[in-house]
Amino acid sequence: MALASQKDFFSGLMFTAVGGAFAWGAREYEIGEAARMGPGYFPFVLGILLAILGMVIMFKSFTSGPPGGDRIGAFAWRPMVFILGANLAFGALLAGVPALGLPAFGLVVAIYALVVIASFARPGASLKESLILATILAIGCYVAFVYLLKLQFPVWPAFLTN
Amino acid sequence: MELIENLTLGFGVAFTFQNLVYALVGCLLGTLIGVLPGLGPVPTIAMLLPVTYGLPPVAALIMLAGIYYGAQYGGSTTAILVNLPGESSSVVTVIDGYQMARKGRAGPALAAAGIGSFFAGCVGTLVIAAFAPPLTEIALEFGPAEYFSLMIVGLIGAVVLASGSLIKALAMIVLGLLFGLVGTDVNSGVARYSFDIPELTDGISFIVIAMGVFGYGEIISNLSQSDEQREVFTGKVKGIMPTAEDFKRMFPAVIRGTALGSALGILPGGGALLSAFAAYTIEKKTKLKPGEVPFGQGNIRGVAAPESANNAGSQTSFIPLLTLGIPPNAVMALMVGAMTIHNIQPGPQVMTSNPELFWGLIASMWIGNLMLIVLNLPLIGMWIKLLTVPYRWLFPAIVLFCAIGVYSTNNNNFDIWMVALFGFIGYLFLKLGCEPAPLLLGLILGPMMEEYLRRALLISRGDWSVFVTRPLSASLLAVAGLLLIVVLLPSIKKKREEAFVED
Repeated sequence: MALASQKDFFSGLMFTAVGGAFAWGAREYEIGEAARMGPGYFPFVLGILLAILGMVIMFKSFTSGPPGGDRIGAFAWRPMVFILGANLAFGALLAGVPALGLPAFGLVVAIYALVVIASFARPGASLKESLILATILAIGCYVAFVYLLKLQFPVWPAFLTN
Repeated sequence: MELIENLTLGFGVAFTFQNLVYALVGCLLGTLIGVLPGLGPVPTIAMLLPVTYGLPPVAALIMLAGIYYGAQYGGSTTAILVNLPGESSSVVTVIDGYQMARKGRAGPALAAAGIGSFFAGCVGTLVIAAFAPPLTEIALEFGPAEYFSLMIVGLIGAVVLASGSLIKALAMIVLGLLFGLVGTDVNSGVARYSFDIPELTDGISFIVIAMGVFGYGEIISNLSQSDEQREVFTGKVKGIMPTAEDFKRMFPAVIRGTALGSALGILPGGGALLSAFAAYTIEKKTKLKPGEVPFGQGNIRGVAAPESANNAGSQTSFIPLLTLGIPPNAVMALMVGAMTIHNIQPGPQVMTSNPELFWGLIASMWIGNLMLIVLNLPLIGMWIKLLTVPYRWLFPAIVLFCAIGVYSTNNNNFDIWMVALFGFIGYLFLKLGCEPAPLLLGLILGPMMEEYLRRALLISRGDWSVFVTRPLSASLLAVAGLLLIVVLLPSIKKKREEAFVED
């Protein structure tokens, strides 16, 4: 039997795996019975339901349409790594990661890091251009979020302010 | 009359200087973000939610509603000028709107969308004001079994009316329900699926999921496509005002679109999407007047009707939220989240316990619509400027706003780690052809559904037949079953698939 829809097959696989994992995890909690539901009851039922739905999707992926259609295509690793990396760097620099001994560098440094890293998600990024953009955004964010909205951010590196 | 009395109360609340300013700021911010290509109302609201934390509840909701209309309006601007629908419900606007822009009639197209939306918004607001109180009275009769069945109807309706694969949408709902269960169980105090991480005992924040899946997932997917094929019409927007003939043609289309949108918007799920599609189909079926441009080549009715329908629909979709506390679509799911942050439990009790908030919000809906047309048509030049900003400058800014928004929800960078995870998951969903909107609905409804199921079965002592022996609950479940059967009928299934691939 040939696979008709790659997307359906792998999404079905994902649903089955996640549903199974939730149902499996629910056994850690008291399941109870219908009249007295324990914390595990609802997730257990839903997990099984999701696993069944996933299996149906997987099964149907063999039959719906001509074989070889609906391919997933290449993963966009470059944008994914840089966008998510930029986000992680922002979080790490903004408030610091005590577990890794990283101090808080504050909002301004974090904005520069995020903008520069994110801009590399596209090929042909220019460092100069992203530094200019980062400067504009840093000033804009400072005015909007810190000065006007008074949100609580560490703005400057912790080792400079104390 | 009670209706007038209530509306007077509402306008009294909304017409304070402070609330007018918040409505204005909301509309402006919403348009600002919504006009950016590839950002629909859901990520826009999620991104701007933190801005409203410091406000009093009424002001916050008024501002959020403004953001919502602004985002929608911005979305149709992008659809007309860039040939990129900012959200699924403006997909049909693209067809004729972009053609009008190519012929140098972008101004009238934008005006038709604006005027149509304003008219639809006025009618939608009146519909809410008229129908909300009686529905609320019915809702107060509901017991846990009815609520549970109602949620089933809502969720089933949401997938039936959405586009794409039915069974995958169902699976996404269940996945959302499961994600919603992460965190401390209110009944037993057990922390479920928290892996001993203290932050997870509070559950996964819906902002994290909305931002990761709708924001980052979309950005990654946008970046993976070559973006140079976009063509922006900037220099060609000259006259804004439609001609007298344009008005004559679009007026009946606006009326038809509004009527359709108001009715379909109350339905759960893709109310706005479905009504836009249906309105366009109806316009296409009506005869062309002599000298009128055919559809698909820049007919003004093809812009006015779907835009009115989708605005009327997005307006009346507040009805299930305000009367029953059940979000009919992903945007309203975010509204529930926002209300909960301000300690308001959405549901029938809001109207009785908090009338200023309820009627103030409704009045501000009308004001928001008015502001959009009064402010945005003259400001259109500014929004167009924004569209000419290259994507390579925009997307780092969007990533930054998402990150700041997520961090400021709890002032904790754990949420930033989570949003990265959900960004990856969101991209995976897009790759696997799974629509993420039902996930958000499930996420919000998960804990509520569990609670109602638990209570219903506790009262009936574990007897599942309670859902079919109570007449109201039984009829709700019958509606859900009927919806599923109708969609699965071969002939309708084919029609449904056709309806959503029209271009």
